[in-house]
Amino acid sequence: MENVSVDQQLSRDIFLSFKRHGNFEPIRMKEVVEKKSVPTSVRQTKERNLLPVHLNVNGKNYLLHLEPWTSVLDALREYLDLTGTKKGCDHGQCGACTVLANGRRIKSCLTLAVMYEGVTITTIEGLSAQGKLHPIQQAFMDKDAFQCGYCTPGQICSAVGLLNEGKAKTSDDVLELMSGNLCRCAAYNHILEAIMSVMENENNADPK
Amino acid sequence: MNRFTFTRSHSIAEALQEVSPQNKTRFIAGGTNLIDLMRANVERPDHIVDITHLNLDEITLTADGGMRLGALARNTDTAYDENVQRRYPLLAKAILAGASAQLRNMATNGGNLLQRTRCYYFYDTAMPCNKRVPGQGCAAIGGVNRIHAVLGTSAHCIATHPSDMCVALAALDANVLVTGKEGERVIPFSDFHRLPGDKPHIDSNLQPGELITAIELPPGDFNKNYQYIKVRDRRSFAFALVSVAAALQIEKGMIMEARIALGGVAHKPWRDKEAEKFMRRKTPDEALFWSVAEIIMREAQGFGHNDFKIELAKRTIVRALTEARDRNTPEPLNCYTYNRHHHY
Repeated sequence: MENVSVDQQLSRDIFLSFKRHGNFEPIRMKEVVEKKSVPTSVRQTKERNLLPVHLNVNGKNYLLHLEPWTSVLDALREYLDLTGTKKGCDHGQCGACTVLANGRRIKSCLTLAVMYEGVTITTIEGLSAQGKLHPIQQAFMDKDAFQCGYCTPGQICSAVGLLNEGKAKTSDDVLELMSGNLCRCAAYNHILEAIMSVMENENNADPK
Repeated sequence: MNRFTFTRSHSIAEALQEVSPQNKTRFIAGGTNLIDLMRANVERPDHIVDITHLNLDEITLTADGGMRLGALARNTDTAYDENVQRRYPLLAKAILAGASAQLRNMATNGGNLLQRTRCYYFYDTAMPCNKRVPGQGCAAIGGVNRIHAVLGTSAHCIATHPSDMCVALAALDANVLVTGKEGERVIPFSDFHRLPGDKPHIDSNLQPGELITAIELPPGDFNKNYQYIKVRDRRSFAFALVSVAAALQIEKGMIMEARIALGGVAHKPWRDKEAEKFMRRKTPDEALFWSVAEIIMREAQGFGHNDFKIELAKRTIVRALTEARDRNTPEPLNCYTYNRHHHY
């Protein structure tokens, strides 16, 4: 928060405006107040470099007006109110931000929303269909694969991506291929069991 | 992250036009390194050009029996390509040893070459760094330099190149195809990355305004006796302290041709052609491999916290050559695995 003086009251709204803006360059207090009073879907200021971005998320099409530096993660959380996907590190190191792009798992903090037009994005909110949980979601509950739950949406999306890739055969493979998702509660053993149980069910259902 | 303008290019010519001496322009593809560096305020481009629509993502066979890897092909697709796995398993294994599945899905081949060091002083804009600001000094020399280089260093910089893919590409004698306003040219892999010298702020010989279009692999017979070993503090998802890409062509119990390259120890993948020549027409036994290790590491210099890398590199070289020699069945390359139960 370089440009906020210590004796200024930093309200939660102002803090979130800094976050929403995506950088920490000086923001005049007046500008912050104006943003607050304007709905997020309609922002028109001459200084702002807003680009129209068409995103397809969980089967719905959206038209957002975003600054180019908005990550996919921030687009999902701050502009689409899809807060299931979490911001853990914002550096691509923890995997809490994992979502599926055309069925492929990516770290949504490390890429720009403006580059994801025409891509089918699936978040944790979009994994269940017609009220039925995805097998991975069910397995995470059955196997007690989370404690605080913060890494869990990323773990689940990553696991779905892993299944889509079809490369993991053994539990060692699963550990290696899930290594991009960290869990500070160390629920790893049960996460592994949950994923293995779904893999084994898939193999039994579809013997090759 | 600073403000920037953004555009998407639909042809190489368009992309090259976006680069001008006035603007600090960066191309973006996977973004997995650039965005991270921008969040740390290490990179502060004024203008970003999306090159992902340039149709440079094909992985094809070339007429001479080699392969061409499009610069915009994703690391995952390259590693899992059946021809890459069959002809260049060393490369597939090295790619799979790097990063995490999500990052490999996003990262492109060109970007992998151009990724910058993970030296934490480079990343910390409060610390002096000659790579970030020429002349500022190097905080790693005399600092905490556990992850830093032991070969090819200079008084100005002891950073390492973090890539695994590049170590295999160096061992396989790849060529980098680039294009710029003056046309196309080919950069042999050993000339692509630079040593720090007195200009550590320049990582590679790619000129400003040039774009990598493809990486070409020459035909070769290094798909039987190969090994990639990555030694790191964690079982996965960590950069190499030391890594070794080794490949041998063995006929009638004698080495016909050898390739060996090291990662994690220098500003570029470290290839020692003298050591490779030394191995020719010799029996691939442990004594030979130790001699090779001594040759490769003969000028190694530790900086206090990374002295261990010298001995570690020697042992890893011996182990990689031994396991390359002893490989008699193809391995499944669905992910990077390393069997830690061997005893040597």
